[in-house]
Amino acid sequence: MMVGAGTSARIGAIFVKELVQMRRDRITFAMMFAIPVMQLVLFGFAINTDPKDLPTAIHVEEQTPIVRTLLQALETSGYYDLVLETPDPRESARLLARGDVAFVISIPAGFTERLIRGERPQLLIEADASDPAASSNAIARADAIFNRALRHDLKGSLSPLAATPAPFELVIHPRYNPEAITQYNIVPGLLGVILTMTLVMITGMAMTREAERGTIENLLAMPAKPIEVMIGKITPYAGVGAIQTTVVLLAAHFLFNVPFAGSLWLLLLGVGIFVLANLALGFTFSTIAKSQMQAMQLTFFFFLPSLLLSGFMFPFRGMPGWAQMIGEGLPLTHFLRIVRGVMLKGASFGDVQDALVAMSIFTAIAVGIAMLRYKRTLD
Amino acid sequence: MTGLAIDVRGLVKRFGDKTAVDGVDLQMPHGEVWGFLGPNGSGKTTTIRMICGLLQATEGEGECLGYDIARDTDQIKLSTGYMTQKFSFWGDLTIRENIDFVARLYQMPKRRQKVDETLENLGLTHRQHQLAGALSGGWKQRLALAAVTMHAPKLLLLDEPTAGVDPQARRDFWDEIHHFASQGMTVLVSTHYMDEAERCDRIVYLANGKILTQGLVSDIITASGLFTFRGEGDGVRRLAEELKGRKGVDYAAYFGAALHISGHDRDLIQSVIGNERSADVHWEEVRPSLEDAFIALMARAGADQRVHA
Ligand SMILES: Nc1ncnc2c1ncn2[C@@H]1O[C@H](COP(=O)(O)OP(=O)(O)OP(=O)(O)O)[C@@H](O)[C@H]1O
Ligand SMILES: [Mg+2]
Repeated sequence: MMVGAGTSARIGAIFVKELVQMRRDRITFAMMFAIPVMQLVLFGFAINTDPKDLPTAIHVEEQTPIVRTLLQALETSGYYDLVLETPDPRESARLLARGDVAFVISIPAGFTERLIRGERPQLLIEADASDPAASSNAIARADAIFNRALRHDLKGSLSPLAATPAPFELVIHPRYNPEAITQYNIVPGLLGVILTMTLVMITGMAMTREAERGTIENLLAMPAKPIEVMIGKITPYAGVGAIQTTVVLLAAHFLFNVPFAGSLWLLLLGVGIFVLANLALGFTFSTIAKSQMQAMQLTFFFFLPSLLLSGFMFPFRGMPGWAQMIGEGLPLTHFLRIVRGVMLKGASFGDVQDALVAMSIFTAIAVGIAMLRYKRTLD
Repeated sequence: MTGLAIDVRGLVKRFGDKTAVDGVDLQMPHGEVWGFLGPNGSGKTTTIRMICGLLQATEGEGECLGYDIARDTDQIKLSTGYMTQKFSFWGDLTIRENIDFVARLYQMPKRRQKVDETLENLGLTHRQHQLAGALSGGWKQRLALAAVTMHAPKLLLLDEPTAGVDPQARRDFWDEIHHFASQGMTVLVSTHYMDEAERCDRIVYLANGKILTQGLVSDIITASGLFTFRGEGDGVRRLAEELKGRKGVDYAAYFGAALHISGHDRDLIQSVIGNERSADVHWEEVRPSLEDAFIALMARAGADQRVHA
């Protein structure tokens, strides 16, 4: 064939050129390795679809060997982590609303006595069912855990009680999302995911586009201060965020019938700070990246853990401690607490205060880094 | 405030281990038009950027319009107009939007009217809603000049404003530059065109990041130490090849049908052409061209550098 030699030479030329260009773009090259490693770690170690060690509060009105056995069994099951004891039953509602605990287990006074008398006393588990995936396994196993534990204790004269049915009645109150409709959990969370992805990516282009097109020289030659450039550049996208929020909230209400238990204004406050956090972060990326391509990659590098470690895709409390710590550093984690808390649980300002503060701190740090990184000259 | 528009001393700019500008002193009075010349990569753009605060000097100091070039960059930006070598307005904005953006940034009073006027003067009113990116090269330059002069800067820094501009437009450009100067604006303009250099009050010639020479056009020609003879006639064809190698002849170049030969020793040149005095070539001494002068200066600078290195 006539074309053979020429074709391979030309392929070779383009191959070499691509290879050189690929290696020269340092961030892209690094990302090609960093992103797969991150995915391996996150999917391999952080994510757990059978969440264990869920924080649990107990409200126990008596201390007897049988009660201790029951609590002991909960701990050793691995599903429940008894983190605190509340003397006041009303406190339990607050703990669940804030998301401090996933379960509150109540054992009333006289439980042991009535159990021995065969009166089948009630044992109450209140569960935060706003995320069905997080609580369902633990709930499903509760009966078996208790029964197995009691079989040891109920010996001798008590052995008839060990027979089925269980000598107590397990009452489960799934709160906030009693029918376990996953959309109720997903749709509000999706608001956060959509805002994160679009806003960080768009503002990530803010300065890199100017640099790539050479217009940065003109911009810098004119009398605009860094903070003015930043605010001017991100404000239009705050409008984009507002439109996205409206669309998602309307869809949540009319399409998915997601309940709205709390205050719209509180939610909007949360959305506002969250949008700012993402815009500031995107702008920071755009002061670090050297090209729009690099800005995209930084965005992806941030988006991946946000998606996986924030509690959006997988239960936050089911992740190992280190993953939760990373998650606490992500604005989406805090936003999810706010949006789910306000919409599904009717959380109050006090309940979401910590999350609001965390997002504000994140925003301040991002703005600070952006201002430090912003180059006022072409150096 | 000094009486100078630009007063910089010992400016040095290094990029890594590459020294782009190597000790530039520039004292430019108000209201003059100076030409900034020098071969590609000699450091013109880099020097201009340091003067207007777009690059931090590695070494050296100075004032631009009385403002410190390292500290007071905000004030410098307010009262200078800098036209970049590469078109750096926004191609995805329309012509009008670009002008309007500049007018807003400089907080111009009666903005609408000012923008209308600018478009009118540019002759782009009928195209104001086209994207700036769609303009031809020469029109982009005109748009840029109009945009950077809109806020009536005291100092204009023009980096090769006429590169790629047609002769008529180039002439218009220079009329405009002199018009600005007549209003008291100080203009530093970099160029590779000799005819443009001759339109300047003074010339600064940069080579390898250093100012090789500066002064009036005539000073620079004198400084080059060149003598030029112009030969005309039928016999002049093919003579260049012959004369180039001769002792005393440094440059030989055709200007149309005429041959210019130049060298540093007048007597030597004369003896060379004396030997070649064929009947059909007529020789006369002329003023060396600025181009020859620069090339001579460059050659000498190159030789000096080699000696120093
Ligand atoms: N950002 C940079 N990084 C590294 N080197 C640079 C940078 N900018 C300029 N240089 C180098 O500095 C030297 C001077 O460049 P400069 O652009 O100032 O020259 P110039 O006189 O404007 O040239 P031209 O006539 O081609 O526009 C060149 O060698 C150039 O490669
Ligand atoms: Mg240049």
